[in-house]
Formats: sequence, C-alpha cells, structure tokens
Amino acid sequence: MAYFLQRAGRDYAVFERAPRPGSFFTRYPRHRQLISINKRHTGKANAEFNLRHDWNSLLSHDPRLLFRHYSRAYFPDAGDMVRYLGDFAQRLGLHVLYNTTITHVTLHKARQAWNGHYFILTDQMGHTHQCSVLLVATGLSVPNQVDFPGSEYVEGYESVSVDPEDFEGQNVLILGRGNSAFETAENILGVTNFIHMLSRSRVRLSWATHYVGDLRAINNGLLDTYQLKSLDGLLESDLTDLAIVKDREGKFHVTLKFFLEEGNQSADAVTLPQDDNDNFAMRVAYDRVIRCLGWNFDFSIFNKSLRLSSGGEFSKKYPLIKASYESKGSRGLFVLGTASHSVDYRKSAGGFIHGFRYTVRAVHRLLEHRHHGVAWPSTELPTSQLTSAIVRRVNEASGLYQMFSVLADVVLLKENATAFEYLEEFPVQMLAQLETITGRKARHGLFVIDMEYGRNFSGPDKDVFFYDRSVGHTEDAWRSNFLHPVVYYYRHLPTEQEVRFRPAGWALPRPTAIHHVVEDFLTDWTAPVGHILPLRRFLENCLDTDLRSFYAESCFLFALTHQKLPPFCQQGYLRAQGLVGTESLR
Amino acid sequence: MSSSFNLFRVGISFVMMCIFCKSAVGSLSELSPQKYFSTLQPGKASLAYFCQADSPRNSVFLEELNEAVKPLQDYGISVAKVNCVKEETSRYCGKEKDLMKAYLFRGNIVLREFPPDTLFDVNAIVAHVLFALLFNEVKYISTLEDLQNIESALKGKASIAFSYVRAIGTPEHRAVMEAAFVYGTTYQFVLTTETALLESIGTEDIENAHLYFFHCKQVLDLTEQCRRTLMEPPLTTLNIHRFIKTMEAPLLTEVAEDPQQVSTVHLQLGLPLVFIVSQQATYEADRRTAEWVAWRLLGKAGVLLLLRDSSEVDIPQHANVVFRRAEEGVPVEFLVLHDVDLIISRVESNMHIEEIQEDEDEDMASPDMDIQDDEVAETVYRDRKRRLPLELTVELTEETFNTTVVASDSIVLFYAGWQAVSMAFLQSYIDLAIKLKGTSTMLLARVNCADWSDLCTKQKVTEFPVVKMYKEGKTPVSYTGMLGTEDLLKFIQLNRISCPVNITSVQEAEEYLNGELHKDLISYSSVSVLGLFSPNMTTVKEDFTEAGNCLKGYVITGIYSEEDVLILSNKYAATLPALLLARHKEGKIESIPLANSPAQDIVQIITNALLETFPEITVENLPIYLRLQKPLLILFSEGSINPQYKKAMLTLAKNKHLDSLTPCWLNLKNTPAGQGILQAYFDALPPLPLLVVVNLHSGGQVFAFPSDQAITEQNLLLWLKKLEAGLESHITVLPAQEWKPPLPAYDFLSMMDAAASHHPTRKDPECTKETDASEKDKKQEDKSAIRKEPIETLRIKHWNRSNWFKGGKSFRHDNKEL
Repeated sequence: MAYFLQRAGRDYAVFERAPRPGSFFTRYPRHRQLISINKRHTGKANAEFNLRHDWNSLLSHDPRLLFRHYSRAYFPDAGDMVRYLGDFAQRLGLHVLYNTTITHVTLHKARQAWNGHYFILTDQMGHTHQCSVLLVATGLSVPNQVDFPGSEYVEGYESVSVDPEDFEGQNVLILGRGNSAFETAENILGVTNFIHMLSRSRVRLSWATHYVGDLRAINNGLLDTYQLKSLDGLLESDLTDLAIVKDREGKFHVTLKFFLEEGNQSADAVTLPQDDNDNFAMRVAYDRVIRCLGWNFDFSIFNKSLRLSSGGEFSKKYPLIKASYESKGSRGLFVLGTASHSVDYRKSAGGFIHGFRYTVRAVHRLLEHRHHGVAWPSTELPTSQLTSAIVRRVNEASGLYQMFSVLADVVLLKENATAFEYLEEFPVQMLAQLETITGRKARHGLFVIDMEYGRNFSGPDKDVFFYDRSVGHTEDAWRSNFLHPVVYYYRHLPTEQEVRFRPAGWALPRPTAIHHVVEDFLTDWTAPVGHILPLRRFLENCLDTDLRSFYAESCFLFALTHQKLPPFCQQGYLRAQGLVGTESLR
Repeated sequence: MSSSFNLFRVGISFVMMCIFCKSAVGSLSELSPQKYFSTLQPGKASLAYFCQADSPRNSVFLEELNEAVKPLQDYGISVAKVNCVKEETSRYCGKEKDLMKAYLFRGNIVLREFPPDTLFDVNAIVAHVLFALLFNEVKYISTLEDLQNIESALKGKASIAFSYVRAIGTPEHRAVMEAAFVYGTTYQFVLTTETALLESIGTEDIENAHLYFFHCKQVLDLTEQCRRTLMEPPLTTLNIHRFIKTMEAPLLTEVAEDPQQVSTVHLQLGLPLVFIVSQQATYEADRRTAEWVAWRLLGKAGVLLLLRDSSEVDIPQHANVVFRRAEEGVPVEFLVLHDVDLIISRVESNMHIEEIQEDEDEDMASPDMDIQDDEVAETVYRDRKRRLPLELTVELTEETFNTTVVASDSIVLFYAGWQAVSMAFLQSYIDLAIKLKGTSTMLLARVNCADWSDLCTKQKVTEFPVVKMYKEGKTPVSYTGMLGTEDLLKFIQLNRISCPVNITSVQEAEEYLNGELHKDLISYSSVSVLGLFSPNMTTVKEDFTEAGNCLKGYVITGIYSEEDVLILSNKYAATLPALLLARHKEGKIESIPLANSPAQDIVQIITNALLETFPEITVENLPIYLRLQKPLLILFSEGSINPQYKKAMLTLAKNKHLDSLTPCWLNLKNTPAGQGILQAYFDALPPLPLLVVVNLHSGGQVFAFPSDQAITEQNLLLWLKKLEAGLESHITVLPAQEWKPPLPAYDFLSMMDAAASHHPTRKDPECTKETDASEKDKKQEDKSAIRKEPIETLRIKHWNRSNWFKGGKSFRHDNKEL
C-alpha cells in the first residue's frame, strides 16, 4: 500500500514495531519453509501472466523486485522473504517508521476531516499521530488459545522447539489440523514414537477445496503415515470438551472436561475415558502436547470508539469489514493484508501475499477516487475491440486468477454500445456501488469478467480426480470444473439487494445472460473456435450486434450495398484504417 | 407425419400401414335399423351407434366416430350410425332420448354395449372395440399372482408382451391393442392398469405406459424366471411393432462377411448393428461377451459376432468392435472399446443423435455455432501452418525494446499472437519487410503483446494491432492509415523527408513543384503541397508547419518563405499566404488562398484538396470520399474508363452540375468487389458500362442511368435533372437494418436453470427463489437480447443426452419432459 501511495504522491507513513520490515517472517513459519510457491519458469515471458505463479512478490513497477531474484527454491526459505521485503521497502524509498509500536488508536471527531473524524495513534513513547485514513495491516498476531482444563500444559506453535532431537522417542499430541500443525508434525515425524493430531473438524485438503489456506500437499506427510498405519493418527473432537491432566511422571492424559467437573481434583484420580471405555483412542499418555490452532487479529489497541469488532460466528479471528475492506464500524478505517481475509475466507487468496497484493491495490484505487477525485483507472476502446480486450485479460491477468470470485474486471458499455470502458480488478461484492466508488458511469449495461471453479468442484469431501472431471466441448462450458473465465452480462447495474441475496453458490447476482469460457488444461484461452468464437457470439447476442472482423474489401462491398456497416468496418475501414490482407490470405 | 413416413420406410404390413392413412374414404354410413341389421354378415364385426335424431349434443362424438371408421375398417370392422326413426324402432334404440348407446356386433350377436362416454375419442373407440374383439388374445390382469400364473404356464411355449397403461381407452392402450391384433396369436398379450402390479415388478416410473417383453419361450427350466426386456421408446403402434420385430430376431448372429454388406431386420427397422470382432483363439469368451451385449442392446441394436479369421474383410488390427449405422451410405466405424459399457453407451448415444437429427429437421436446419464465420479469423486459421519469414523483422522484448528504438529509427508493430486481425496484418507487415529488404534505413520491428504485455501497456498500446514509428528525439507517432502493405510502405517512405520540407530558393521550389526534388517519392504521393508565405507571416507559418507535421507520412508538404516569395506567388497567381498544389500525374499546379486558419483547418483544406474531381474509386480510397456525405455517382467500367465518358463527367463537374454528388468510376478489373455491388443493385445485370447514383447517406436508393442511352454530357445532364426533380424511380433500396449477431450464443443460463431443476438435491435456499421471482420480468426481456432459437433447446437436450447414461431410469424420464 505504501508503494501505491508513494507512486500517487500521497502523504502517508507506515508504523512498524520491529526495526525492519517483514518481522513476521523472521520467526514464522517456525520451520522456515514458505508454502507459497516461487515458480521461476512458466515457459512464458508475459510478466503479468507469470505473477499467476509467483505467490511471493509484491506489486511494483520494478522488475528487479520480483521474488524469483531472491530465491531459487520452489518453496522458499522465510529468510529470503525477510530479505526481499527489506529490499522492497528500501529500494522504493517507502516512508516507514521502524521501532514504532502503536499502543492505542482512538477516534477524534472533526468536521473538516475527510471522514468526519481523525484517527489518533499513540506510540510506545507516548507520541501521538493524527491521520484521516487509517490502514490497518497488522495481520493476525495473537495465537489462538482454546481454554480448557490443562491448557497450561500445552506448548504453543509460536514457542515450541523446532529441533527434532527434542522429540526423540516421544508421544506427541498436536492440537489443530492446519498447515502449522502439519508443518510441526512433518518436522518431527521421523523421530517420535507417534503423533496424534486432534482437531474439531476433519482435515481440509487444499487440493480439494482449492483454498490455499487449507492443508497443502507439501505438509501432508502425516496423512500418508496415518493411512498406511504407521502409528500416527488424526482424530476429530471439540477441544472445548477436553481436558488434559498431568500424571506423576509428567505425562499427559486426555480426558473430558466433564469428568474433571465431577469434583475430585487429584491428578491421578481423575476419571479417564478409558476407565469406562477401554478402547478409547487417546488412552495413551503423551509426552508433549502442542497447540497449533491458528491466529487471531489483535483488537486490543483499538479504542471502542472505532467500533472495530470481530466478524460473526464464522470469522471471529478477523475484524468485521465490508467488501471494500473498509471497517463496518468507522469510515476511513481499512483493513488490509492477512487481516482482511474475512472477505473471502476459505474461498479465495485474500489472506495471502498473492491475493492481498491485489486487494490492497483495489483499496488504493477506491481511496484515490474518494479523496483525490481520481476515477478508477480505465481504458476506453471501440466495441470492435471488446472480444480482444476480454481475451487478453483472461489470458494474462493475475489479479483475476489469484483473487478469483473476489476481484473481477468490469466492462462498462457506452451509449449505443459503440465503445466501452474497461476497469480491472474491481471488488465484485461492491458491484452495486460501482458508480459511487469508482467515479465511472454504468448507465448502458455492463459485463463482469470473473474466474471461477466449477460450482460443485470445491469442498473438503470432494473427489477432485473423478473421471470425466473436465469438459472439452464449448456447449458444455458451463459445467467446467477447473478455474475458468465466466462473463456476466447485466443490462443494469445490480442493486445492493440483488448482490446480497444472490443465489447460493453464485459469486454474483443472477445476470441477464452468462457465458462460460470452457476450461483449459493449459489455462490458455485463445483457441479461435473453442474459446474466442463462443465468447464473441455471447457478446454479440448481449449487444445485439455483429462483432465479426472483416477485410477492407468486404467493408467496401458492405459500404456500397448497405446503409449501415458492422462495427468493425465502422470503427476501422470507414476511418481509413481497414484491414487490407495479403494475397495468401485471400 | 414423420411416423407415417418411417412406416413406409420400414415396410410394415399393409394392415398396419393403413392405420395411419387418414383418409376420408370410409365415411360413416347412416342407416335405418332395419337396413342396418340386413347388412350384418356372419362372423364379421360391426359397431353401430343408435340415435334418435341428429342432436347437436352428440356431434363431437359423431366426429370421433367418423374418424374411427377408417381404422376400424382396416381391421375388418364396419361402423354405422343407425337412426331410430319412429316407424322403425329397435330394442337397441334407447327408451329415452338421451340414453343412446353404441353396440358391437359379431354377425348379429351383440358382443358389447358401450355408453357413449366410454368412447370419448377415436383412440378410445378403436381401443375398446379391439379390446372387446381380442378378449381371448389379450388377458387383463390386476394382481402379480395373475401375471406369475400366466408366466409359469407359458414357459417353454410362448413369450409374453406385458403392458401397463394408465387407463383403458388411452392412445397407449390403442397402440397395444393394435399390436395385439397383429401379434396376438404369436405372443400372449397381458394388460394391466394396476400401478401396484407395475411397481411389484420393479418399475419406478409409474407415470407412463410400459411394455415388457417376457422371453418365456426359450425358458426350459421351469424354476427359472423369464428374462424381461423393457421397451424404452414411448408406446406407439410403430414403436411396439419395431420392438417386437427385434424380439423375434435372433439374439446373436455369426457372420464372416463384410460388415457393410450384412443385412438384418435391424437395419430395416432403422436400428444400428454392432459387430463384435472375434477370432478363433478367443471365440468362446467373445461369444459370451457378445451374448451379454446382445441382451443389453436388445431392442436398440442388432448384435453380430464377426469372425476375423474366416472373414476376408480388412479389419484394422486393434479394432474389436465394428459399428454400422442404419442410415445407408454411412461407412462402418472400426472401434477399439475396452469396456463393454462403452459399446452400450456408444449405441445409446447414437440412438439419441438420430432422434435429435429428426428434431433438427423439424426445427428447420439449425446452424452450427462452432463454424467460424469471421472471415479474418477463418483465413488466418486456414493459413496457420505456412511459415512466415518472421526473421525479416526484429522481434523486440521488454529488455531489448528501449535500446533498439533509441539506437535506430524504427517502425514497431504491436500485435497479439492470438488475435486474428493482428496475425492477418502481420502478414502484410512481413510482405512490407520483403519489399524493403536492404533498402530502408528504418528498422522494422515487432512486439508480441501476448508475451510482453507490460511493455505494450507502457507504450500505451491498448488495442491490437498498432504500428508506431520511433524516431530519435521525437515522440513516437502512431500510424493511422489502412492496415496493408502499400499504405504502410507509403507512410514509411514519405516519412523519410521532414514535412514540411524547407525550400530555400525559387529554383528549388520549382523542382519541388515539378517533382524533380523528390522523384523517388512522387509515386507515393501524387500531390505535393507548397505553402507560400512572406517571411513575416509567423503565425500562419507555424500553423502550416504543424499541419504539415500532422500529415507527415501521408502527403508531401513544403514551405517557402524567402524574401523573393512574390516571384512564385505572381507566377501561380496566388495571394499570400497561399498553398500551391502540384498534381504530378496531370502536371497541373493550382493555388489555394490560405486565410488565417488554425492548423486543423489547414489539414482539412489540404485533405480536401487531395480529392480528385472524378477519381477511380477503390477499396483504399472509398472511405475518404464517403466522408463528403454526398450521394455517389459511380460509373462501373469493365477496365480502364472510356476517355469520352471521363471527359463528359469532367465537363459536367466543371460546370458545377455535379456539386451535390461525388462522381467517381470503378474499374472492375482493379476492384473485383464491384461485381458484388452490381449484383446487389441489379436483378439482371445489363451490359457494362453502367452508371448509378447511390444515395448512401439518406434513404439508400439506387438509381440507374438507362443502359440504352449513350453516356454523353447531354443525356447525363438530362437524367440528373430528372433525378433531382424526383422523376426517376429507383431500381433498388439498400437494406437499412442494423448488423445483428450472425448466430445465437449458447444460453448457458437456461442450461444451468434446466440442470438445477433436475437436481433438487442441490442446495436451493429461499433467497434463490426470491431472486427468481424478481427476475421473472427480466427473463421476459431477455428473450429480446438473447435470441431464443430452437438450437438452444436442442443444446439442452444435447446436454441431457450426454447425462442420461450417468443417471438412473427415473432421471431419464424426467429429461424427456424437456
């Protein structure tokens, strides 16, 4: 964000607690291997396309600031990330105040302020800073702790030893089933007696859910040993019902909270489940219990007046924000980065670098319009270029690809559909408010270009390798399962109601017409008949015109035998820019 | 209609055929009771309706009865209306006026009496009558026990055609009865209307009529159950006939001849043949497989065992199945199918294709949406394999771009490798490179924006293709001319000189005007423009310079503003500031006074001055002349224009008779598209030359100069006068409609809706319904936007078809309702 503000020449400052950027990565992930891919080769030169497979770089104009120059590893070391972020801040000359810990944030009403109030930030030295727009990108910094009897015996992911030797010959119980739990398990898999993994719900494999926050294949060694009966195992139970008791030898036993409440507090006398049920799965004693239960947003520094509250039941760990990343509680407060993941939690990539680098840019564009009168950047082109403009974007745009179903391109038609404006990577959930937040007009209909997985193709229990999982025929395109472009056509801008009460499983409200570009194994949607032709037919039928291209000779014939000309001839030939063609083509 | 057509094709027995010949031959005879009874013949069946008089209430029934006459006659049953006149009452004439009945007689014995309401339509009449007559052949049962009894009684003796219809008198019932009439002696027909019975034999779908064939004749072991085959197509007389025919055919035939020559009853019935290729070594196993397949495909296709070893046919080595369609002339397909299910699905999908094809005929040939109808995309695709000498141009990348365009003056083509228009133009660009090879100082370069997207964005290229010229120290210039070799060549050549050229002496000016100065460039610009200014006219000089810059690459411009400029202005009778236009072809020099016009106006003045009085119109220059927004006066000429015509035109123009028109001529040799234009104008093409006025911009009328008149000044003038006065009538009016989508698009939205309605198990919360309700109005509008063509429903059917084989039986029937 600092980069975007810097480029736009805005007055900003970044507060950073640590003496250097990327302090999170100096400690985490604990086992030092990032699980975001650093694909240095794609066989393509297109820089925008390559960002689809570069999950670590931030956006900038400087090609040297690409992560592939920092690590050769496919799953890079966290240390490289620290180095990269340091260079990023330094080389771009970003205005960062290091060693500044903001301890308190409050609100000060002021009529002249942009949003009717200023944000007052107090740092550890007691200095106060005042700003009109507060961008919170503090991530999730508080380890999630579940309170249950015996939770004091549990070691946290943030502090547990990463030296496998410390686990030699031990029985280990890990609470949680996310990537950090499996990462911890992976590290000690070979040295322990066994690892049991306990979590509330069943494991979600990212290849099945298409959500990168779920268990990634790189970490799932334990699944292999579990399913092949190598003593390790996965169990499902609600942690809040459990209790852990320590016996005289310092070993830990799992029991139920319910038994503890029966009264007898002496550790050895506590009823254990196996007393009644002698094949209880967790009847063995554990040497160590490790908690890897994820992270929460730090709400503590925000004054109540900011009304920054946590999301509902399903996203307690995140602050409550709108689809525009603005806090629901106070105008002018935006949540960026990992902490903004509530918008697309378990759906898209907004909680990760390769996702939020785009959402941050979207917020920047919204702010540019709101406070500086700079409309959302757009390109205006004649209709004859519509098919090409869409084909170009779906084949290279990385923001659409990474933030599928969250950010989408929008085509705003001009009167009589002779020209259009192309807006990139707009937060689709804000579609109803498009005119006010972008400063562009959508009076004559619009297209929304989105990337989507098949409707029933993502989920923790889905078999994503089923036979016949991909479709090849254009007429079956709507049944495509893998990520593919979808074009929505609306004759009018949908209302807020329509966006909110859209059909279940739809990224957008029901359109006037819809087009799916058939999924492609190579994600290359440029086949003339398979991809471009059906798209053109769709656009033609929405606009009720003929979008074919013609050689000058055909336009010449039409010009003298028809009173009206197709758009391609009007916008090309009639302006003396017709396509002449060569002998061999004619 | 189509069913009766099929009927002829499959050559069904005469009796059956006549059922469908709805002719008025047999009309209802009206007799008195006495007369009627006298016509009855022993052993012959007759249906008689007794009525008091022609009461209008019964007229609907009489119409239906009338229709039943012909079909019943085909079964040898006569039909009559008996009028119960007072004098001749019969006991069959009801006591009361309203209580009229129909009676079925065999000879003069009453078999059944029917209250008129049971005979509600022609189907019911035929069904009831045949049902009564075939009392012995068709057993009506109501319990499973009845069915089992019949089944065990017939094992080893005869097979059973068991059918369920929802009610007596339905069209399905009629179909079953008609089939029973033909096959009743060969097979035991069993009929029920009890849904419970149907369910007990394992059918889930009780909505529709069903017919099962119980293969009891072959059963030797009495404890064994008879095999059953369900007839899948709807119950119609023809379908039942076809089905029973296939049941009669041998299950599996062994052949050794050419699959193309084999003929079985299946082909005659319009069913495909499946040959399982076998060889000696695996004969037993193959035969078992083939039998299994044959049972699965019973009623859908004929299955044959083709012996590879004894066959002289050339069967591809790995092929294990040969598939032959029922249509004549379609070559057999040799297939490699490793799964028996694949054979089944192959046949089933083929069956449905047949059905769809029939539909398509009815829907009037739906176009194939996958056919490329974009001529540019089509030609580029067709030409895709030809290798272009791309190496004649320099391919630039993000890394090399800046250094290259700085190092030398360059022309850069920005294109996208996947875009047809780009690729078509790339060919012209390469042709240009071939022409310029080794002669130009200008570097020809290209950037594929599909690879170097960011570079193109930085160069402000947002559409494709774009040509830009980079010259050291100057802002890049976009080329705005025609996307063709010639025009781009002209642009490059004319860019070699600075525009306007600074002329320093009168002598140089003369050389400039007579073309000596830029000899090599004259072929690219037939006009040279010279601005004449006194040295102190700074503003207009600047404006002219700016205009010259604007036109750089399109026109040669020069400027002269020395002290002795008056020599020139006097010579060419120009008042300063002025423009001198040297038309090199004609060797003429004109002068145009230049008032204090801004640069844009000067550009306009020069562009207009470039227009000729009577040009040869071509593909390249038409747009320029269309800008004048005047009706075109076009002389179509076979080759070069007759000088006399030209003279006549020029004289008319000179005398200002053609001011309201754009006169021009078209050389059909240079511009073959002119043929197409003439065809659009004339129904029957008169001999050339032809002269027309085309009112393109207001109304689109086309007027033709009478072809029997000579093209002379006088005749033309007269004709134009008449035209102006509205005395001439037009030969045609050019179509004014907008350009609409050439073909419909896939309507994925309705496909998704259709699929959603077939998957009620999918989550479908209330909010969906709400939206749906509010969307109803919109859906109505949608029809105008997305043209609803039959093809769309077809596609849905097509989709369902492919899904049929995945779903169960009930699913299949759901889909049929579509």
